[in-house]
Amino acid sequence: MPHDHHLKDPHTEQRLFRNRMLVAIVGVIALLAVLVARFYNLQVVNYDDYRTQSDENRIQVRPVAPTRGLVYDRNGILLADNRASFNLSIVRERVQDLDATLELIGHLIRLEDSDVSKFRKRMKRRRPFEPVPLRFRLSEEEIARISVNQFRMPGVSVQAELVRYYALGDLFAHSVGYVGRISDRDLSNFTEEDVRLYRGTNSIGKVGLERSYEKTLLGEVGYENVEINARGRVLRVLERQDPKPGADLTLHLDAHLQQVASDALGDRRGAVVAIDVNTGGVLAFVSKPSFDPNLFVTGISFADYRALSDSLDVPLFNRAVQGQYPPGSTLKPLMGLGGLEAGLITRETKIKDPGFYKLPNDPRIYRDHVRWGHGEKVDLIQAMAQSCDVYFWDMAHRWDIDGMHDIATHFGLGSKTGIDLPMERSGLFPSRDWKRGARGMPWFPGDSLNAVLGQGFVLATPLQLAVMTATLANRGTHYRPQIVKTINGAEQPPEILHNLEAHPDNWDLVFEGMDAVVNRSYGTGKRAGKDLDFRVAGKSGTAQVVGIAQGARYDSEALQERHRDHALFVAFAPVEKPRIAVAVLVENGEAGGGVAAPVARELFAEWVPRTESAVNTTADVSFSEGADNG
Amino acid sequence: MASRDFSHRLSDAHGSLRKPVSLARRLHIDVPLLVLLLVLASVGLGVLFSASGGDINYVRRQSIFMCLAFVGMFIVAQIPLDFYRRWSPWAYLGGCALLVGVLLFGTGAKGAQRWLEIAGFRFQPSEIMKLGVPMMVAAFLHQRAQPPSLMTVFGALAIVAVPAALIVRQPDLGTSILIAASGLFALYLAGLSWKMIGAAGLGVLVSAWPIWQWGLRDYQRQRILTLLNPHDDRFGAGWNIFNSKAAIGSGGVYGKGYLQGTQSQLDFLPESHTDFIIAVLAEEWGMRGVLLLLLLYVLVIARGIYISFMAQHLFGRLLAGSITLTFFVYVFVNIGMVTGLLPVVGVPLPIISYGGTSLITLMAGFGILMAVGTERRRVHF
Repeated sequence: MPHDHHLKDPHTEQRLFRNRMLVAIVGVIALLAVLVARFYNLQVVNYDDYRTQSDENRIQVRPVAPTRGLVYDRNGILLADNRASFNLSIVRERVQDLDATLELIGHLIRLEDSDVSKFRKRMKRRRPFEPVPLRFRLSEEEIARISVNQFRMPGVSVQAELVRYYALGDLFAHSVGYVGRISDRDLSNFTEEDVRLYRGTNSIGKVGLERSYEKTLLGEVGYENVEINARGRVLRVLERQDPKPGADLTLHLDAHLQQVASDALGDRRGAVVAIDVNTGGVLAFVSKPSFDPNLFVTGISFADYRALSDSLDVPLFNRAVQGQYPPGSTLKPLMGLGGLEAGLITRETKIKDPGFYKLPNDPRIYRDHVRWGHGEKVDLIQAMAQSCDVYFWDMAHRWDIDGMHDIATHFGLGSKTGIDLPMERSGLFPSRDWKRGARGMPWFPGDSLNAVLGQGFVLATPLQLAVMTATLANRGTHYRPQIVKTINGAEQPPEILHNLEAHPDNWDLVFEGMDAVVNRSYGTGKRAGKDLDFRVAGKSGTAQVVGIAQGARYDSEALQERHRDHALFVAFAPVEKPRIAVAVLVENGEAGGGVAAPVARELFAEWVPRTESAVNTTADVSFSEGADNG
Repeated sequence: MASRDFSHRLSDAHGSLRKPVSLARRLHIDVPLLVLLLVLASVGLGVLFSASGGDINYVRRQSIFMCLAFVGMFIVAQIPLDFYRRWSPWAYLGGCALLVGVLLFGTGAKGAQRWLEIAGFRFQPSEIMKLGVPMMVAAFLHQRAQPPSLMTVFGALAIVAVPAALIVRQPDLGTSILIAASGLFALYLAGLSWKMIGAAGLGVLVSAWPIWQWGLRDYQRQRILTLLNPHDDRFGAGWNIFNSKAAIGSGGVYGKGYLQGTQSQLDFLPESHTDFIIAVLAEEWGMRGVLLLLLLYVLVIARGIYISFMAQHLFGRLLAGSITLTFFVYVFVNIGMVTGLLPVVGVPLPIISYGGTSLITLMAGFGILMAVGTERRRVHF
């Protein structure tokens, strides 16, 4: 080992050491001061900030979704229920590699591309640490597969949620409607208050009562402050404000009558609406074909939706309130009443019907649907019972269109009925002003001839026809049609929109005519009262789908099925003291009396005997839940 | 306590021939240091119980480690300093050989090879070097006149550089820097001229940019970036620091109460029983607890410095001084890291953090301090 030139000097060494060590001590003190200053900064100066941060870490305000109100039919049969469903949800903050996790889940359970794309959309508007659903309605096997592999997928969990369930499936799809996931479009319409109300809620009413009574059914959101650990597990609830459940609805609708109406229509496209004459309550509301509303609740698959939306039969279309059809001859009782009130006709008025009608100074020939006419002396009763067009043309020619428009308006034609369903169409009953404004043309006498027979410009929804019939049946009291009977037990009072004053004799005459339609040997609607031990009064109708060229004859064989006439029938029963009014539309059914009248008959056969003794007999009504699902 | 002891020791130095040697001295025990270490160990077990979420098993296991470490300290304290001085080259060379062995046959986790397994016994050779390097540097300088000449300085630097380089390769930058620091402290205390210190400081500044560019690995750069801006990636790289700062800050002056820390008890604080344990103390005991702990550390350091001042030889003096200052560096680096002043390097809080290996090395170091402090005087001046 090489030695230093200097000698070792203990004193110098010690002095040097002390010197250096003293400097080191100064350094140590300085660094200690830095640490103390740091703690002072963290624990004293910024104490509030860090306190907040640590509380935000551990305390989460979680919205507690209210239970959606239930929907019952008038007899307490559950139509819309909430049932537990299991979702697969992901908390983004807990997942290291989202793509790998999604791939792993895809190996374990069925996961479609649409699930993933919808999930990624939802991810964009989540709150921190909020579980975002990926798949809904897991089967028990799927839950088991996920549980077994849980340890491989931090942040992935199976969560129970209450989702809407429609026990009777397609039977009430067009009346009760359905809920669906809150969409981007729903969100863009949200007010600040809505955003608050829907915290924790995933569904919103999209169609039907679910939509029109959305705020009633929703309830009030609750909150809870929960303490969570770093893995997001809730350890305890610190504070809780319970949600208020939504209000339950009881409907005027009768599940049994609804089923009867649906069965009576069978596979045909069409609509049936039955109304309680004395309240305006809607007893049956059918639009066919229908669909299973349960498909929409947690998000319908693309394939299912395409099948529904591409169908030529348009099952998603609510024919009862959105379908606008020419009402045809079903307007005759109303027009007859108008003519009597206006003094244009009387009980004694008789006309000759050669099978056609000609206006003065007009070469056009208006043909009755019976080529050879209805005879030499046709009065109002016969004109209604046999649906004689010439009688009404003769009257219409002498009647000012605005008078005709007035009476139609009193019966609710040409404007929305105000039913508690969304997306109602208003139909149309023309007037002089309307034609000038909409078409820029004057009113022609020929227009009146079309209007009196519910053709031409006239359009009405099946619901409007039912309201019209109910208004006829109770001699002029025009009720607003209502589906909801009680909200949380509170009766929704009937609402009278209008009272039509008319001479009692005129009412009797119109009733007699409608009675003749069903009960006379020559009536067009005999099948509406077949084998019933009470009297039904009604009126048939046929609505042209395709205009028929002048001089040509209607030939059903030659026409495409979808171009055939629509069959209509409106009726009420019993004649002596009417309780129920019905409107039936069968698309391309051709014969109102032959096809639509038997449907109405089935409803009367069901309803009238049941309401014979009391107003609301519920004892003998039984309806097994889910029996007709799908 | 320390000052009273100081005066006692001063009188002792003058009258050592007359007075009988005390029992503690014969057993090579430095009583004030032992008392301080026992207090720190008890505090450590208390904090550990809370940091482990009330798991008594951790406390039990750590107690066993502590017993082993204290026994080790007593054994180390019995060996005469001359023995250490004479054997330090061999210990150093053996340590270097083991470090080479780690690089060749080592095992480890998370992409680093730090462990060596011999006959089923796993250990980290870098732990040996925590004492081996300062001992070797002190022994090397002991034979040479002070202040050290340029050649001596280069020799000492070489002694430091070889193990440091080997440990960096594992890779374990944190340990490497701390070991290098312990050797450099010895060199500094030997009287390294200020000119050279200044030149070295300048050299570090100049080489900072090249080291950042080429010398550091990605994860090391990331840690430094995280330090500068922990909020950039709250749920990723910044999670540890974000939550440790929240834990410390939310403790305030008085703390949330023992076992009441929400950050630590609800698992928001990672590594809460090992490297980040001071955050648990700070959260539950507040600034009061932190200052008390710092005071305990200061007293230990003061006692170490006192022992180094009183040492008989240059070797003992340099070794005691270096061990004491390195101890402080451990404390500073750990707390600096947890409070977000320094990048995250895996340095445990001395005596408090859970873990056996580092504790045993640490206590062996205090054993050497005691050996220095209780050395028989053979040479009088």
